[in-house]
Amino acid sequence: MKDRNHLSNIGLSHQVNVISNGLLDIPMLQLLQADGVPHAQATLPDMTQQKAEKILGTMQFIRILDERMVAAQRQGRISFYLACTGEEASTVGSAAALEPQDMIMSQYREQGALAYRGFTTEQFMDQMFSNEKEPNKGRQMPIHYGVKELNFMTISSPLGTQIPQASGYAYGQKMAGLDAVTICYFGEGAASEGDFHAGLNMAAVLKCPVIFLCRNNGYAISTPSEEQFAGDGIASRGIGYGVKTIRVDGNDVMAVYAATQKAREIALAEQCPVLIEAMTYRLAAHSTSDDPSGYRSKDEEERWRAKDPVQRFAAWMQSKGWFDEEQNKLFLEQSRQEVLSELKRVEKVPICKIDEIITDVYDVPPWHLKEQLAELKAHIAKYPDAYPKTSGRL
Amino acid sequence: MAKMNMLQAVNSALISAMTKNEKVMVFGEDVGHFGGVFRATSNLQEKFGKNRCFNTPLTEQGIIGFANGLAAQGSVPVAEIQFADYIFPAFDQIVNETAKWRYRSGGQFSCGSLTIRTPYGGGIAGGLYHSQSPEAFFAHIPGMKVVIPRNPYQAKGLLLSAIQDDNPVLFMEPKRLYRASVGEVPEDDYIIPLGKAEVLKQGSDISLLAWGAQMEVLEKAAQMAEEQGISCEIIDLRSILPWDRDTVATSVQKTGRLLISHEAPLTGGFASEIAASIQEKCFLHLESPITRVCGLDTPYPLAHEKEYMPDHLKIFEAIKRCVHF
Repeated sequence: MKDRNHLSNIGLSHQVNVISNGLLDIPMLQLLQADGVPHAQATLPDMTQQKAEKILGTMQFIRILDERMVAAQRQGRISFYLACTGEEASTVGSAAALEPQDMIMSQYREQGALAYRGFTTEQFMDQMFSNEKEPNKGRQMPIHYGVKELNFMTISSPLGTQIPQASGYAYGQKMAGLDAVTICYFGEGAASEGDFHAGLNMAAVLKCPVIFLCRNNGYAISTPSEEQFAGDGIASRGIGYGVKTIRVDGNDVMAVYAATQKAREIALAEQCPVLIEAMTYRLAAHSTSDDPSGYRSKDEEERWRAKDPVQRFAAWMQSKGWFDEEQNKLFLEQSRQEVLSELKRVEKVPICKIDEIITDVYDVPPWHLKEQLAELKAHIAKYPDAYPKTSGRL
Repeated sequence: MAKMNMLQAVNSALISAMTKNEKVMVFGEDVGHFGGVFRATSNLQEKFGKNRCFNTPLTEQGIIGFANGLAAQGSVPVAEIQFADYIFPAFDQIVNETAKWRYRSGGQFSCGSLTIRTPYGGGIAGGLYHSQSPEAFFAHIPGMKVVIPRNPYQAKGLLLSAIQDDNPVLFMEPKRLYRASVGEVPEDDYIIPLGKAEVLKQGSDISLLAWGAQMEVLEKAAQMAEEQGISCEIIDLRSILPWDRDTVATSVQKTGRLLISHEAPLTGGFASEIAASIQEKCFLHLESPITRVCGLDTPYPLAHEKEYMPDHLKIFEAIKRCVHF
């Protein structure tokens, strides 16, 4: 049996040594300044005009979708919505650095990554209206997207649960010898859950090719980050687990892109996890059920509005001669029109037949579910007016 | 056929599953080179390598979260929770994630290939945290299957079934019987279907129902009753969820009486579900109230373990009360 010495890397001290927070100096990678001008010392990653246009277009589309759907919720047309305003760069920039075969496991504020993968306006609408065309069969609340063809794992509400799951998923990819990694998104609030600890430690010990991307946007609903943790953000914890760690400006899409590219390269080559902490700000309300004016100032929001990630990237593109004001106006107008017309069209699509209430609980519905469905259908048939969405199609 | 105890039968099932399918992976606390604290995973790492049989950090929520991701990816994880008493940190992952994965994704993704093995039950001086029988907590989770074998033959056949089944299965092993129960077990593969109860003995006066380690206690009590001229029908439920109501109802329609026994506390125990269902199905056939002989509604005590347990004497007395109602 092998002899182990768990003291072998530890130096000696002959005074009482108290190590305090702040000894680790973890800087934030920033490539573009707020006005879109690259820092003099910065090396920008290679990026084609086509890719830059896709990144900007996706960020702009998501902002339009968010605005329109928040309004639709206010009108009572959908039950719930979560905008990602201000955080478009951290999700779109990271998704742009991945390959289509990489699995995305997200929290709920990552519609940018999904749109970058090719999720269409119609698909967004189908899910939010919980209709029969939606792949989750209308079972989950709006914004709980999931689509197998795009390698985007179905979202669930419990926070942090996807973190150890992403470690396991990535371990499976490694064992299958795939040229693929898993990216796992979560907020800084979710990082306080026990599953964060479990997931990072397991990924490090079991050498899983997973990228953990924490969107540190300053708030978990009303809780500011100083009531969430006392250490140096989330990044300092990565070091403690033996996980390679990068801190990045989450409002600089170029920096997020570069960081994620590097993380993917390391994760694949070394078959190990990498943690990225993206420093950003949740300009949006937490959700349509939240009003941030109860816990933060307009001034603070305005200061962050000035760091808008979309404008910063557009300014950089302009300096490259890749941005045409007129064309962009046209694109924005077309996107608004598309969102509006799809919304109007999709809200008329019916929900699934009642039979789907018992499918997919198991691979095959067992006797007790069949019995319960039969009773339910008989009941609906007796009181059709009370169940108008299903009684017509029993 | 070979003589095996329950641990050897579990080990044999794992070896066979891992040999047949390279996607099967076994992991948990101390299951690696050491072979598990009960030795159920002996030699697996030597045979199949460190990538397929490995130790995890000591984190139950991590083990099941990891297993969920692995299952969703297409692997076949067999995760071990060292004692059923320690499955509760993973309760959220099991209830909200494992069990709902297929439903919430409309069948696009699932954790169907996952099996969770865990030793359960008392009678080993395990006190509060090495004795619990938590099956009823898991019987309340749509999407899960819960299975409990009573002897080595069952353990291998049901475990192979659980690993093959395309639904997440919680496989609870009666640790009191790990070494105590020895029997003939085929060396080749065989499966015992999930969701099916087994009638061990036909009888006409009363139906006796239990599962896992409680079966031998039930049989002992039945023998005492038989000596007094009471004819007992004995049923092993085997699957807690989904459970085999038809077999139990058919039996009760014949005998007119039902006694259910489990080690877990009475209130909210799975006997309550069975009693309510059978009362609905067999109302006109019942000749006495359905009787439950269970653990007390207390934590599982150490010094009073013998008094706490629903032993054969308590069951024997209950059978007589039922028959002479």
